[in-house]
Amino acid sequence: MEDKNIFSESYYSNSPGYPSEERLRKGKVAIIECVEEIPCNVCEIACRKGAIRVGKPITNLPELIEEKCTGCGQCIPGCPGLAIFCIDNNYSKTHSTISLPYEFLPLPEKGQIVFCLNRSGKEICKGMIVRVVPPEKNNHTAIVTVAILKRYSGDVRWIKIKRKK
Amino acid sequence: MEEAIVIGAGPAGLSAAIEAAKYGVKITVIDENSRPGGQLFKQIHRFFGSSAHFAGTRGYEIGNYLLSESKSLGVRVLLNTAVWGIFSENRLGIKTEEKTEIIQAKKIIIATGASENPVCFPGWTLPGVMGAGAVQTMMNLHRVLPGKKILMVGSGNVGLIVSYQLLQAGADVIAVVELLPEIGGYLVHAMKIARAGVNIFTSHTIIKAEGRNGVQKVIVGKVDEKFQIIKGSEKEYKVDLICIAAGLTPLIELCMMAGCELSYLQSIGGFVPLHNEDMETTVPGVYIAGDVSGIEEASTAIEEGRLTGVAVAESLGFISKKMAKERKIEIWSNLAELRSGPFGEEKRIAKECLLREFKTKYGR
Repeated sequence: MEDKNIFSESYYSNSPGYPSEERLRKGKVAIIECVEEIPCNVCEIACRKGAIRVGKPITNLPELIEEKCTGCGQCIPGCPGLAIFCIDNNYSKTHSTISLPYEFLPLPEKGQIVFCLNRSGKEICKGMIVRVVPPEKNNHTAIVTVAILKRYSGDVRWIKIKRKK
Repeated sequence: MEEAIVIGAGPAGLSAAIEAAKYGVKITVIDENSRPGGQLFKQIHRFFGSSAHFAGTRGYEIGNYLLSESKSLGVRVLLNTAVWGIFSENRLGIKTEEKTEIIQAKKIIIATGASENPVCFPGWTLPGVMGAGAVQTMMNLHRVLPGKKILMVGSGNVGLIVSYQLLQAGADVIAVVELLPEIGGYLVHAMKIARAGVNIFTSHTIIKAEGRNGVQKVIVGKVDEKFQIIKGSEKEYKVDLICIAAGLTPLIELCMMAGCELSYLQSIGGFVPLHNEDMETTVPGVYIAGDVSGIEEASTAIEEGRLTGVAVAESLGFISKKMAKERKIEIWSNLAELRSGPFGEEKRIAKECLLREFKTKYGR
């Protein structure tokens, strides 16, 4: 049945940009949460491995060719809709990582504990920052990678740094 | 007499001038603002579109590109200059900082853009009720945050993008209210703010704003299918800024003064000048491009500007019919691409209606 809730994973997981459960289990992979037919194909060029296909017409939904995707994250800052993430479900026995585009200041630091939010902005768990690609590398879009308990990897899509008082 | 004058130095006007100048047309762009670029320099986000064009590039970068292109091609840009009138035989009344004068051009391109639609409610004249364009100007150009707790009215792409930019600037966006039952803009833009904790209330409207010397609180409510406020659904928020993003209306005053015939198409903003495939209006020698010809995106404005530039160069004899035709086909296919898909459908149909009406009435 089609899920009407735009905040749930299943709203996106049947789209061609979403990796299969099998591929997700194998480790690092891109997740494209782009389900409207927008005339846009930036991601197709952003991926140097040829793992994202839009083709013609330009309104095709981006398709993830999951065997070609290495989860390198090059596509993350490329998407104007900031709708691409990378997940590594093999980060450790207990934890997954999620990499997300981050255009805010201050940037989190490696090792910092942050709140992790789901698609609707609800804090669902805490996570630890494991990597920050600074914004200079990708025209003002940083890539932040946060480690979270495995069971949250389908839902965490944002981080929140508590402002210092 | 000037060869060609463009009114408006936004994406459409600059692109028209660049395109025409490429073929050797001596062209002048006039803008009433102190800086060229129109809305582009407020756009700090990456643009959607085809990677073959500007997509993935931030708006202000496109602005910089257009400025350097026009400079290298010798396009003259007159700033702080208002066009206050347009008269017979392509004569324009202009006011510079020093004087008022009449200038004449063989071809005129009107690329005046659009203005924001207001929303009226009790308290709408309080300081702190502001259009999204003004918020962007203050925040992204002048680096002044106009409020700390914000209610956004309208969930089209402008409302969603400006909400995201307000979050980036450190403000709290308390909520976005949308009168219609669906989010107006792209889902990806909505999700950017939703995951950061911003509530988007569809079927909601603003009831009133209150405050002593400025906005201090706002009351919003849910509406039924007839857009009537449902009693008991009212919610009150403490905010200091109400940002209005309720769509745009083409700035057609100069077109009207020139005598261009208009048509009414709601989906592209209301009254717009009829035009043909060369973007020429019903007044020979007067062309249009960009939002004045119907509200669309900056990327479509750029392509329309280019189209106008080719058409003007062709009619002045700077390029052959054959060359012009090839270039126009290329631009039209770019436009078709940008207008493709479910989001572009209404605009695509409206634009086709305009062309058809022109053809039926004038046979060109």
